Amino acid sequence: MSILLKVDNIHTHIGQYHILQGVSFEAKEGEVSVLLGRNGAGKTTTLKTIMGLTPATSGTVTFLNEGITKNATHHIASNGIGYVPEDQGIFGALTVEENLKVAMRKENDAARERQEYVLKLFPDLKKYWKKEGGHLSGGQKQMLSMARAFINDSKLLLIDEPSKGLAPVVIEKVMEAIIEMKKQTTIILVEQNFIMASRIGDTYTLIDDGETVQSGQMSELIQNEELKRQYLGIG
Amino acid sequence: MELIINLLINGLATGMLIFLLAAGLTLIFGLMDVLNFAHGGLFAWGAFSGVWFYGLTNSFTVAIIGAILTGIVLGFITEKLIITPVYGNHIQQILITLGFMIVLSEMLKVVFGPNQIAAKTPPLLSGSWEIGDVIIIKYRLFIILVGILVFGIFQFILKRTKIGLIVRAGVMNKEMVQALGINIKQVFLYVFMVGAALAALGGVLMAPYSGVIYAEMGMEFAILAFIVVVIGGMGSFPGSLLAAILVGLAGSFMAYYVPALSLAVNMMLMAIVLIFRPQGLFTAKG
Repeated sequence: MSILLKVDNIHTHIGQYHILQGVSFEAKEGEVSVLLGRNGAGKTTTLKTIMGLTPATSGTVTFLNEGITKNATHHIASNGIGYVPEDQGIFGALTVEENLKVAMRKENDAARERQEYVLKLFPDLKKYWKKEGGHLSGGQKQMLSMARAFINDSKLLLIDEPSKGLAPVVIEKVMEAIIEMKKQTTIILVEQNFIMASRIGDTYTLIDDGETVQSGQMSELIQNEELKRQYLGIG
Repeated sequence: MELIINLLINGLATGMLIFLLAAGLTLIFGLMDVLNFAHGGLFAWGAFSGVWFYGLTNSFTVAIIGAILTGIVLGFITEKLIITPVYGNHIQQILITLGFMIVLSEMLKVVFGPNQIAAKTPPLLSGSWEIGDVIIIKYRLFIILVGILVFGIFQFILKRTKIGLIVRAGVMNKEMVQALGINIKQVFLYVFMVGAALAALGGVLMAPYSGVIYAEMGMEFAILAFIVVVIGGMGSFPGSLLAAILVGLAGSFMAYYVPALSLAVNMMLMAIVLIFRPQGLFTAKG
């Protein structure tokens, strides 16, 4: 499998704070790469840095063999990276339909087919088509956010903590959707819920204090009790 | 009764003029988070360029189109040269836009001379209708109709078109709009130019309404527009209309019944709204 995205020793500052101090990993085509680590380790900032929302001060991000480190966020998104932020980023006063319409870059047959596909994936969205985003439940917001990122034939999806604050039954639905989306796209997932991460992920990258600690196959991490205890507080 | 109707029409006409100025301001603030104190200067340039075009062609339609085009061009220049370097810094925005407001006013004196200029009402819109004891001044009714038309057009654009959806989404979450692949800076520029065009339209309509125009008129109206933006809710288009009508009516009625309080009433309105509903009457946030 070819490397779709490569993050090489990125450093990111937010104001006076040096948040990322050397994060490196690769995402291979068709895989789910999971970023793991404690709260405040730098996982969300890593995704934001890839998206150009908190640009890296040094290091490189390469997507489809092209450097995107200094690109503007809208260019990065247009080039094929979809983003599902931790807070879902729903436009609360817009309906479900309008949220998807804003996201849809080209309104052609292919885009409409894709919309049909996401509505099959997330039937609740069709049910609440005319409902304002701000009035959806947490799970529905998560689904809308994922649908919005997926609607443009993105080659890579960055999904930040999709299970956060959701009921177990809803987490199960979200997880099934991600497994389904994986058939069509590559995913980088930030997830605190290790059970979910281990079921979906193919590879992992452990981040601690803004640095990559270790990367590898998820199956290896599942077996490595010491690593899980030391960096994830489980096991 | 006729007095009440006349005061109502006066208040509504003034309210619509303030609305034209405030509508652009609220979108600029709501979407771009920019405090644009130069907005009044664009209003004054609309008035002066409109009067100039009218004098040149004797056509009020050309005057309106000319003023709107002037607003668009000035909006483009202002956003590119003045606003772009100070995005995200309110203190710098206040200082530079206040400074640019003075530049715009002084430039009016350089181009059109330092004295007040008389502005004529076009013959078709001059005069009044008498219905019983009620006298309806045609031009004021015209301003009200233009205000309603502009509101209708912009509501349609904001609610029914893709660019309108993007602007509304941008008011709620700029970062997310960019992450969906939309060049928000380009949207900022368009919104700024449209806001400037609306201010210029307000200016050209104001000219025959007040009869005279002068370089400092922009600042006087800009203060009212800022009050309207605060009362209506920053970023809310319907909020601006409602607040502008409130301010226009309050000014009209107070000027007749309690003239000493006619200027203070707007501040009082703003203070009351800020105490009981600090986010304004409407909110654009989702």
